[in-house]
Amino acid sequence: MDPVAGAALSSLTRDDRTRILATLIRVTGDIGFAQDALQDAILRALQTWQRDGVPDNPRAWVTVTARRCAIDRLRREAQRDDRELAAMQLPGQEDWQPPDSVVRDDLLRLVFTCAHPSLSAEARVALSLRTLGGLSTAEVARALLVPEATMAKRLTRTKQKIAKAHIPYRVPTDAELPDRLPTVLATVYLIFNEGYAASSGPSAVREELLDEAIRLARLLLELMQDEASVLGLMALLLLQDSRRSTRVDPTGALVLLADQQRADWDRRKIVEGLRLVGKALQRSKDRPDPYVVQAAIAACHALAPDYAATDWTAIVSWYDVLLTVIDTPVVRLNRAAALAELDGPLVGLAEVDRIDGLADYPYWHASRGDLLDRLERPEEADAAYRQALALGLNRSHDGHLRGRR
Amino acid sequence: MPSYVALTYTADVDWTSPDQAAEMTEYLEFGAAAAAVIRGGAALYPTATATTVRTSHKGGDVVSTDGPYAETKEALTGFYLLDCADLDEAIAWAAKIPAAWNGAVEVRPLVPPMA
Repeated sequence: MDPVAGAALSSLTRDDRTRILATLIRVTGDIGFAQDALQDAILRALQTWQRDGVPDNPRAWVTVTARRCAIDRLRREAQRDDRELAAMQLPGQEDWQPPDSVVRDDLLRLVFTCAHPSLSAEARVALSLRTLGGLSTAEVARALLVPEATMAKRLTRTKQKIAKAHIPYRVPTDAELPDRLPTVLATVYLIFNEGYAASSGPSAVREELLDEAIRLARLLLELMQDEASVLGLMALLLLQDSRRSTRVDPTGALVLLADQQRADWDRRKIVEGLRLVGKALQRSKDRPDPYVVQAAIAACHALAPDYAATDWTAIVSWYDVLLTVIDTPVVRLNRAAALAELDGPLVGLAEVDRIDGLADYPYWHASRGDLLDRLERPEEADAAYRQALALGLNRSHDGHLRGRR
Repeated sequence: MPSYVALTYTADVDWTSPDQAAEMTEYLEFGAAAAAVIRGGAALYPTATATTVRTSHKGGDVVSTDGPYAETKEALTGFYLLDCADLDEAIAWAAKIPAAWNGAVEVRPLVPPMA
């Protein structure tokens, strides 16, 4: 590859590619088709730039060329008639370049289409990583620990559903936003959690997924700067991610919050997270938002100089607020763990034992084991740890618990 | 404009029974409200009236059986054909079909007629 052309092409960031793709999808009405046209354009850029030199504005060049490649592809496909071609509203002028506001809307359209509630969570995660994240199918497969062929099939099925069921490529109205935004945020949070808590696989942290989730959250924030829940999600991810390097020891075993080296927490992420959580709280005063409240809890941890100095009163209160918006057994378990720090392990254990529906949840047993341990009831603690292990935590948690026993 | 079928899955009831009169009224109200997008549809007699037909191969002997037996709580009890601009519109209408709260509605896009 010609080094100059290659460098110019790689300076076309993934953000640029996502933006070009988003516009191309609107214009052609088909995600797979737009991806192919963009791929054609990138190949053509390599060939042309080697021969003629790199253009002044590589992004504009690729945008225009991708549009032309789309037209060429359409003409090659015999089944499309002239009417369909005309319907694709491909403007003809050479300097065709959508204004920023249009590109912004195209990105929003793509965000909401990838996270449409009629797609499964699995499909939303995969498609978001592929189109918004700009990962290749192989990269998505690797990040989610799925064989590449399986992932290719999943992506194809998802794109087919969007096309055949006519999932619209549009930005929801303000009235629809409360229904539609949660699946978008949940998709990004799912990607982050998959990286953070790695539900399967040998490592407790899969960094590429964390980075992708943060990148996607930044994109959402750029597009919806005043939405409390978007601010809250960004803050939550940054604050949790600030502990990334301290969560796992060199052997790969999980390090609990109490034992983490706080000096190694990422200050830059904490500062940004705290700023965003403040903004988010201001914007959700009348209606608590689950992401904002979780970010507030993460902020309490980030602000504590050490574990003993944590403001558990504030954290328990935040959990009480969280329970008013999402009352799930897992939230109750987390509240009980905080309560144990505030009022002692006996109170915590009583609270943990009162939660129904977590008999199959390994962390419920692990929590009981920990509290029983502190109450110096080793036999019961041992039994609880055993059950947590039998329910299959991921291997690094597993090592942590075995170490405890 | 895309076409969809909205399949209603509910308790396996007999829509012609007087017991269902109140619910039928709700369906009729939906039918009136959605008249602009409804292209067709029908309520179905209970699964006890159904016959499943198979042949061993093309042109082969007909093997018909009783059923499907309604072992499940919800059975296919009716359908609407809807013409909508996109899936969002189809979902919005489907949510107004009484089966949406008395069971479930499955929305499926129709393959356009082959030329």
